[in-house]
Amino acid sequence: MRLIVPLRGVIQGRGGLFVGSLIPCCLFYVLQLYLKRRRSPPDPPPTSSRSNLFSRGNSIGRVRVSSRAVPVAKPTDSPYYIGLERVKADPYDQMNNRDGIIQLGLAESSLCFDLLQRWMSENLMESMMIQSDDGEFDISSIAMYKPFEGLLELRVAFADFMSRIMGGNVSFDPSNMVITAGGTPAIEVLAFCLADHGNALLIPSPYYPGFDRDIKFRTGVELIPVHCRSSDNFTVTVSALEQAFNQARKRGSKVSGILFSNPSNPVGNILSRETLHDILRFAQEKNIHVISDEIFAGSVYGDKEFVSMAEVAVSGEFDKSRVHIIYGLSKDLSIPGFRAGVIYSFHEDVVNAAKKLMRFSSVPVPVQRILISLLSDTRFIEEYMASHRQRIREKYIRFVEGLKQLGIPCAESDGGLYCWVDMRSLLTSYSEKGELELFEKLLSVAKINATPGTACYCIEPGWFRCCFTALADEDIPVIMARIRQLAESARS
Amino acid sequence: MTRTGIYRNRSGTSDSETSGDDGGGGTTVMRVIVPLQGVVQGRGGLVLGSVIPCAFFYFLQFYLKRNRRDEPEPDPDNQNSASSPGSEPNNSDSSSELTVLSRSLSRVVTSPRNSGTHVSVSGRANSILRGGDSPGKKRVEEDPYDELDNPDGIIELGLAQNKDLVSDYSKEETSIGLSLSGIASYEPSDGLMELKMVVARLMSEATKNTVSFDPSQLVLTSGAAAAVEILSFCLADSGNAFLVPTPCSPGFDADVKWRNGVEIIHVPCRSSDNFNISVTTLDRAFSQAKKRGVRIRGIIISNPSNPMGSLLSRENLYAILDFTREKNIHIISNEIFAGSTHGDEEAEFVSIAEIADTEETFDKERVHIVYDLSKDLSFPGLRTGAIYSFNENVLAASRKLTTFSPVSSPSQHLLISAISKPEFIQTYVKTNRQRLQRIYSEFVKGLKSLGIECTRSNGGLFCWADMRGLISSYSEKGEIELWNKFLNIGKINITPGSSCHCIEPGWFRFCFSNLSEKDVLVVMNRIRKVCETCKSQD
Repeated sequence: MRLIVPLRGVIQGRGGLFVGSLIPCCLFYVLQLYLKRRRSPPDPPPTSSRSNLFSRGNSIGRVRVSSRAVPVAKPTDSPYYIGLERVKADPYDQMNNRDGIIQLGLAESSLCFDLLQRWMSENLMESMMIQSDDGEFDISSIAMYKPFEGLLELRVAFADFMSRIMGGNVSFDPSNMVITAGGTPAIEVLAFCLADHGNALLIPSPYYPGFDRDIKFRTGVELIPVHCRSSDNFTVTVSALEQAFNQARKRGSKVSGILFSNPSNPVGNILSRETLHDILRFAQEKNIHVISDEIFAGSVYGDKEFVSMAEVAVSGEFDKSRVHIIYGLSKDLSIPGFRAGVIYSFHEDVVNAAKKLMRFSSVPVPVQRILISLLSDTRFIEEYMASHRQRIREKYIRFVEGLKQLGIPCAESDGGLYCWVDMRSLLTSYSEKGELELFEKLLSVAKINATPGTACYCIEPGWFRCCFTALADEDIPVIMARIRQLAESARS
Repeated sequence: MTRTGIYRNRSGTSDSETSGDDGGGGTTVMRVIVPLQGVVQGRGGLVLGSVIPCAFFYFLQFYLKRNRRDEPEPDPDNQNSASSPGSEPNNSDSSSELTVLSRSLSRVVTSPRNSGTHVSVSGRANSILRGGDSPGKKRVEEDPYDELDNPDGIIELGLAQNKDLVSDYSKEETSIGLSLSGIASYEPSDGLMELKMVVARLMSEATKNTVSFDPSQLVLTSGAAAAVEILSFCLADSGNAFLVPTPCSPGFDADVKWRNGVEIIHVPCRSSDNFNISVTTLDRAFSQAKKRGVRIRGIIISNPSNPMGSLLSRENLYAILDFTREKNIHIISNEIFAGSTHGDEEAEFVSIAEIADTEETFDKERVHIVYDLSKDLSFPGLRTGAIYSFNENVLAASRKLTTFSPVSSPSQHLLISAISKPEFIQTYVKTNRQRLQRIYSEFVKGLKSLGIECTRSNGGLFCWADMRGLISSYSEKGEIELWNKFLNIGKINITPGSSCHCIEPGWFRFCFSNLSEKDVLVVMNRIRKVCETCKSQD
């Protein structure tokens, strides 16, 4: 037999194991190669379904955009952005459009515009233009290229301002600071620097819906929600973190850090010193980073004391190089149009990488000049911050009181420009679907845009974020009347 | 019948080696006694032999993939590698496992890089830390030239910005129209319509109004760097590549590669062609890349070119556009110096938009333009750039991505009030051209009297000087030596050709628009000094 059919002998004889190993290996390799080649050029054959979906016509030879730009270009399906778009199309106006949609979805504040207006009209031009020695206006001080990470004077002023609003217990070093064009690029740059493509960040949920866009669009970093519950007043616990961390590891994704907002957004509660200690200890144990978004640090109106992660980091107990802080002036100084934010990091490499990346999102020099004089005007800042806090508090009490009379409670909160409203009693069904139905009803019947918990990845349905700081006092009764109507029709 | 024959056959061969025993009876006994062997070497052999190596191969790939991702994190070039013992992850891990040995979880030991206190940054951040800065920048920052206070300091000729010309803005010009309500609140991050209209008008002015730009096709960004970054994100996936004719602007590496992971394939142009882009070399580079399995998504050109300052001719633009159509790729035309042309009247700037306008609609979709107000208005501190595209999808994606590189409202209002008057734009562009022309001819004349020739240029804030005669060895090393001489002896910072990826050594870029006429004399004297030291060494 061996002589007659030598090939068969080779295959099924001793050689079987060897050839049997080699052939499938080759096949597997070729398959992988084939798949890889197929995957990267999704376009050339005009029949590929992917390309048909995307381009409007099917003309051959039409040039395509990159596959990662496609999800960016697509209209979003998050209720947060849908709501914002709807308001833009039909905004409420007390005079001209009384039936329009009232905006409770955007965390901006007009409470202290009078103070800002006064300061700007007195100082705006002077602050921007540096006079040279002979009294002539010197345009080159604002027109020329300056360091991307921000002028040193601005970083000094920022450091001073931050330590002032955070209670003066902690001082910030300007050399650890990079000025960015707003909080959004600050978060993106940090995510880019701390995690590689495919890595993940743990994030206590409910969280700010914009993080999805900020982090996922370009950096390819995943967000893993760590669910917090109403029974804990939505405060994160170490055991929940631990559980999420282990689950992520089991699934094979590498966790690079924890990201959280303090005061939290959308709930508005403040993390206690103990919780911060716990989080940092947890991060140290797992050897991961901590990103603390403290963009609402100056908008604290409650009685609880705000503690910055920076304060905990320098307590000496921990390795501070894993701590990174995001701050910005959009909320606390109510100047989002200025697009001024800060990355504050204790890690030298992160600071240096962020400096280089600021070639893509630095703050224009004239704006920096305005900010320098604004932030160094300590008398104004003191006055501003005091009335900012006072006025949020007043508005908060008025708003929450109004809801309470309708039988709608809010979560306990101490900071932020919003409150976290419990509308579970208005739900038709206790589910995500029920919540989105209520959201739709709020938008089209009551004409109110509030952000539903689903958009914030809240695990319990029925919670809504309402931003109240852009409202006039006389708007509040209008809102309450609209909600009352909705509530009555829902309960009947 | 045949089947049993095969069995016997097979087991016969295997046994002949292991035991030396031959014959059918012996093997059956063996099969019964050692069932495992029977399974392995019997029928199951082929199946197991297939499955096991497959599994091995899969695990090997999996392992490699995991390892590769961790690899760049410990960075040997970085100083902190001393403090974080991570330059060889496997070694340090195994050693820590040996010394500590307290935990048996091997996974924990391998996956975080080390149990030390330092937490490391992402691999891609590390690669940014390494790359980047233009070489002379630090030196200039430490010791800048000042006519009165520091006459021995280093003169910056490496930075394309326009200082002398801007001082003409009057204070009123920039100061009208700033009010709080306009600048403080949230506004669309891709720019106000009013500003877009002004930018469109400015772009038209640069083409002497032969093209009209549609403001709705504009997306404003914080500077041209961000515009290039956003465009390359939208046009290419990670691992894809752009063709870039060299010498090119030194900034492209950062803009295209850093965060997008898009590669650049340089297409060298030579002095013998006067550094013109030829379609044949583009074609060759394209097919070479294709052979290597790299997917080319587009081509990035600068017009007026940086660093040469030459204008691309209409024929050349047609040829390049035809090339992109043939290959079905995109084209990014970097026109940030469009308003900074100077020189003869017959040298006219032609925007790619003009060429695109003659094309079919769907073909226009491959054309994208980067513009920068800061260069043309000599106002880089304002950081306002723009993307002009004919592609709806690119525009939609770019608009969203501008949240990461927004133009701030005060800047926008400042620009609107400064340049919204049409007369102002006209006068400005005209004056700017005249002054550039004056300083350019003076500078080039000065260089010529020192025996240094420049290529003919009609745009940009710089000239491209041939100093091949001054370098000691015709190599990149020789070029860097000369650059060092300029920095240390002449105290002048210029851009060497190697920074622009020029393949011929000995070419340098001089940015002259920052100089006053008095400065030109100082610069020429310093260059003469450098020339003399070069010659005396020969």
